[in-house]
Amino acid sequence: MSVKSIMCCCGSGLGSSLLVRMNVEKAVKELGFSGIDVQHSSLSSAVNGAADLFVIGKDLEASAGELENKIILDNILDMEELKAKLQTKLL
Amino acid sequence: MEILDIILNILSTPAILVGLVALIGLILQKKPIEEIVKGTVKTIVGFLVLTAGASFLQTGSLNDFGTLFNYAFGVQGVVPNNEAIVSLGLEKFAVETALIMCVGMIANIIIARFSRLNYIFLSGHVTLYMACMLAVLLNVGGLTGISLIIAGGLLLGLIMVLSPAICMPTMKKVMKTDTIALGHFGGVGYWFAGQIGRLVKGKKEQIKSTEDIKFPQRISFLRDTTVAIGLTMVIFFLIVTAVAMAKGGMNDATIAAMFTSGDTKTHWIVGALIRGLNFAGGVFIILSGVRLIIGEVVPAFKGIAEKLVPNAKPALDCPIIFPSAPNAVLIGFLVSFLGGIIGLFLLGVMNGIGISIVLILPGVIPHFFCGATAGVFANAEGGLKGCVIGSFLHGLLITFLPAICMPVMGSLNFANSTFSDADFSVAGILLGNLAQFVQGNILLIIAIVLFLIPIIYHYIAPKKQKS
Repeated sequence: MSVKSIMCCCGSGLGSSLLVRMNVEKAVKELGFSGIDVQHSSLSSAVNGAADLFVIGKDLEASAGELENKIILDNILDMEELKAKLQTKLL
Repeated sequence: MEILDIILNILSTPAILVGLVALIGLILQKKPIEEIVKGTVKTIVGFLVLTAGASFLQTGSLNDFGTLFNYAFGVQGVVPNNEAIVSLGLEKFAVETALIMCVGMIANIIIARFSRLNYIFLSGHVTLYMACMLAVLLNVGGLTGISLIIAGGLLLGLIMVLSPAICMPTMKKVMKTDTIALGHFGGVGYWFAGQIGRLVKGKKEQIKSTEDIKFPQRISFLRDTTVAIGLTMVIFFLIVTAVAMAKGGMNDATIAAMFTSGDTKTHWIVGALIRGLNFAGGVFIILSGVRLIIGEVVPAFKGIAEKLVPNAKPALDCPIIFPSAPNAVLIGFLVSFLGGIIGLFLLGVMNGIGISIVLILPGVIPHFFCGATAGVFANAEGGLKGCVIGSFLHGLLITFLPAICMPVMGSLNFANSTFSDADFSVAGILLGNLAQFVQGNILLIIAIVLFLIPIIYHYIAPKKQKS
C-alpha cells in the first residue's frame, strides 16, 4: 500500500507533534518523495484510517497499540533515525 | 463610505484580523500563492473553531461546575486548564493577543540575536496562551491599543528566553547535550523541582535513578488528553454534584434547571457524567482550533529565526524529554497529582480557618505534563528520591501559585478556570501586582526597560572566559 498521508501524534497534538511534522516534511522531501500529506494531531485523533502512516515517540508506544502502520521514534528529534525508518515504510 | 465601513468591520472582527496577520506573514516569507491561501484560511477557521469551543465549554459545563461547586462548598472552585481560560480571555482580547504574539516572537528573535539568552521559543501554543494572559493583565494596568501590544510583546519575548534559560543547567543533564533547550511555560516549576533534586542528592556521588527500578507503564494511557480530562472531570463533577444534591441542590432554581429540560428530568449521576465528558469535548474543540492556528505560525517563526539567529538554541515542548526517563515521567505525574490533592485540602483548611482563598482543583493536564517534566528534572539532579520529593513539592507549588495569582487576574478572576503552569502564575503574580500600583505609560516604560536589560548586559558586562 502506498503511503499518501502521514499523521504525527503527541499527547495534545500541539507542540512536539508539530516539531515531528516539520521534520517529517523535510525528510520526505530529502528522500525524494512528493504528494504526501503530513499532518499533526493528538493521540485522540490517531485511529486507523485517519492516515496511512503514523509517527509517534517511544514514550507513547503503549497508547498506540492498535495503530497498524506506524513508526516509533526512540528520539523524536533525530533526523537520521526518522529518515531511515521513513525510507523502509515509504518504499 | 461603504468601503470604510468594511475596513473598520474587518479590523474589529478578530477572526479576520488574525487571518490577516497570517496572510502578511506568509507573503513576507514569499510562499507560493496556494500555500498563502491555505495558511490564511486555516488560521481563520482555527480561530472560529476555538471560539466555538469556548462557548461550548462555558455553556456546557464550566459555568455549571462553578455553580455546583459554589453551592456545595460555599467557595469558588477553579479548574486549572490553559485552554479553557484562554478561550475566555480571547473573547475580549483576541486582536491584542494575536498582535502581542507577533511582537513577542520578534522580540524573542531580537533578544536571542543581541544577548546571551540565545533561545528561540518554538512552543507556539503556550506562546499564544501567555500572550493572552499578558493582554488581560496589562489591560488591568490601564494599557490599551498600541502601548498594550508593545508592552505585552516585549514582556512576552523576555519570558520566551528567561524560561528556557533557567531550565538550561538541568536540561543539559537530561538531554546530554547543550544544543536543545526546554520551551514550556512551567519553567519555574521545573527549575524548582531540579533544585529540590539537588538538595536531596547532597554530596552523594552515586544515586539510584528512577530508571533503575521497574515501574508499571500502564498508566501512560492518560497521556491522551481527551481521556485524561474526561475521566478527571467526571470524577470532579460526580463529587461536586453529589455534595450539592445532599445539601438540597434541587431546591435551587439554577441547579434544578441543569437537570431538567422541559418535562424530562435527568438523574444527577447521568447529568454529572455528561457534563464531565462535555468539558473534555470543549477542550478537544479548542485544541483543534489552536492546532490550526499554531500549525501555520510555528514553521514560519522557525524558518525566520533560523535565518536571523543561526546559532540560537531551539526551545522545544516538554514531551521531548519524556523518552529520556519514562519511569520519572509516570512517577512525576502521580506524585505531583498527589501534591495537588493535598494542596487542595490545605487550601480547604485555610478557608476553614478564615483565610479567603479560591480552591484550585488538581487539573490532570498540568500535573501530567508539568509534573512529568518536573519528575524528569528532579530525577536528573537527585535520582529516585529527588524525583519523588521534587515532584511532590512541584504539585504543591502549582496548586498554591494559581491560588495566589487569582485575585490579580483582572477580568478573569471570577472565572471557574485559570492558567495552570508555573510560569503563568509567577508572571501573573509579579505583573498583576505591579499593575495595581503602576499604571499606563510607566508600565510601558518598565516593560521596555526589562526587555533591554539582557541586551545591555550583554554589551556592558565582560564575557566569561571559557575554561
